Amino acid sequence: MTSNLTLPSMVKPESLPELLYQMWLIRYFDEKVDEFFAKGMIHGTTHLCVGQEASAAGACAVLEERDKITSTHRGHGHCIAKGADVNRMMAELFGRATGYCKGKGGSMHIADVDKGNLGANGIVGGGIPIAVGAALTSKLKRLGYVTLSFFGDGASNEGSFHESLNMASIWKLPVVFICENNQYGMSGPIKEMINIEHIADRAGSYGIPGVVVDGNDIFAVMNVVAEAVDRARRGEGPTLIEAKTYRWKGHSKSDAKKYRTREEEMEWRTKRDPIARMKSVLIAEQLLTEQQADEIEQRAKQAIEDAVKFAEESPMPSLDTLEEDVYA
Amino acid sequence: MREITYLEAVREAMSQVMRENEDVYLMGEDIGVYGGAFGVTRGMIEEFGPERIRNTPISEAAIAGAAVGSAMTGMRPIIELQFSDFITIAMDQLVNQAAKNRYMFGGKGKVPMVVRTPAGSGTGAAAQHSQSLEAWMVHVPGLKVVQPSTAYDAKGLLRAAIEDDNPVIFYEHKLCYRTKGHVPEEPYTIPLGKADIKREGTDVTIVATAIMVHKALAAAVELEKEGISVEIVDPRTLVPLDEETIIQSVKKTGRLVVVHEAVKRGGIGGEIASLVAESEAFDYLDAPIKRLGGKPVPIPYNPILEKAAIPQEADIIQAVKETLNRV
Repeated sequence: MTSNLTLPSMVKPESLPELLYQMWLIRYFDEKVDEFFAKGMIHGTTHLCVGQEASAAGACAVLEERDKITSTHRGHGHCIAKGADVNRMMAELFGRATGYCKGKGGSMHIADVDKGNLGANGIVGGGIPIAVGAALTSKLKRLGYVTLSFFGDGASNEGSFHESLNMASIWKLPVVFICENNQYGMSGPIKEMINIEHIADRAGSYGIPGVVVDGNDIFAVMNVVAEAVDRARRGEGPTLIEAKTYRWKGHSKSDAKKYRTREEEMEWRTKRDPIARMKSVLIAEQLLTEQQADEIEQRAKQAIEDAVKFAEESPMPSLDTLEEDVYA
Repeated sequence: MREITYLEAVREAMSQVMRENEDVYLMGEDIGVYGGAFGVTRGMIEEFGPERIRNTPISEAAIAGAAVGSAMTGMRPIIELQFSDFITIAMDQLVNQAAKNRYMFGGKGKVPMVVRTPAGSGTGAAAQHSQSLEAWMVHVPGLKVVQPSTAYDAKGLLRAAIEDDNPVIFYEHKLCYRTKGHVPEEPYTIPLGKADIKREGTDVTIVATAIMVHKALAAAVELEKEGISVEIVDPRTLVPLDEETIIQSVKKTGRLVVVHEAVKRGGIGGEIASLVAESEAFDYLDAPIKRLGGKPVPIPYNPILEKAAIPQEADIIQAVKETLNRV
């Protein structure tokens, strides 16, 4: 296979169809969760990342197995991109014993510590200092891994964001801060919440590079994240990346979306769909045929159906697990 | 046996563990050449270097959060929060992250970290540098809470806290720092969850924490002159709490006075009184339980007011006598 695409060295053209599959997996996972919540089949709440698949999949595509991530309340995509098993994820949303958290965490607390996913987080900005700490371990023990910290535009107004960027910068820690700017912190338009054009501009205050990238262009995401990861691995310190994107769904299940227009939503859905964009590039580059692309989509759809089956057939946690695992 | 101060005991515990275990490091504000606000880490940067004695920016949330992240990934951080009042700024990371990670993640991962922090009044530092907020942390499942009162206990409990695989909040009372005690040079641990009977007696049990242990001991000497025999139980750790030692002592004496510096309302004293009331010791009580704690006010600056805001030796004597109907 030959390609005119500019790809980071760790991403091979032949792996791109699998990356497209991963984006579909993220989308169908969250679409399915949306459907179940609407039907009242699963309880609690959830935050969906439909429309934001490229930033999760693209950023994690340039990582090595040993690298780590911290995630957010909108974290299903990061989790899948870091290699989580959708069966166990779906089981967790169903509150089952086979779920990643044995049914105790739910949507906002899925973690896969063994795979380097240090957890989704229900506190906005909560994962950012944790990523700094994970990076500190890498530096102190000379382990060579890099930690990616995902967070949203809203988190960039939290103190933890500012404290973390400064600390990581002065200690030159191997961490990459990835702000997925999906335009709204719950209902708050980012334009009303900050008085600068780009969140990435804040990097300058901490003496680190700040990069704006089209978060719905997976190739662009991979290239900027790869450069930041390389820099971090070389011991040159952190980078702040702002991936401009959009969440197609509401903030959580109870969102009437009064704070934005349907036209705006349609614009992002029809013209900037990250999956459609990647698919068309792969076809244009002759890395994929239309038929193969459809097969990939169907395979992802089926994987989610299988995950639902796995979850539904899984046992509930037994009551005697209630007080387990409070302390190590 | 040699005598060293409580402050030196804390330092010695850290230094000994750090010589043995490369995974242990210390992080906090002004802990480098300055030696920490109270001098606890003095000399440590010279021995261990700036990588392991990490002088941080004034960023309590990031300090606590970085400790959580590094503990989750294989280190055993100790953080020094310069004053325990500043725990308010680190609260999310301690309460929502450190305490809950393991449970939320279904038993995966652990957070072996220690938050060392000077607490209490008596230094004239007023309302924002003098509080005793340990009951807040006691309320949070997933945290352990330690409050040593003596140099011997500080050294052994700190080592146990560092070796523990859970987040431990380790309160050091500022007025205890200069107190001296017999402390073995060799390393030792005191298990978390084991109370210590600081003085044996038969008439009244006083459960006292931190600096109040010293005030209770002084009160006991005075009371003895009047023929009153006081037993003093120092829980040493509030989570886990050694309920059995407290219950057995109350069964023996039939009377209970609980005393702590923290504000009485919502303080640990209520918990201790309740656990005794719910236990078999209830039937042995010959008088109502007395609770002494701080007044419901911010700690004031003026030294006369500051003293009046928290229990003193005379208050303890008075409370003991009340349980004996000897006022």
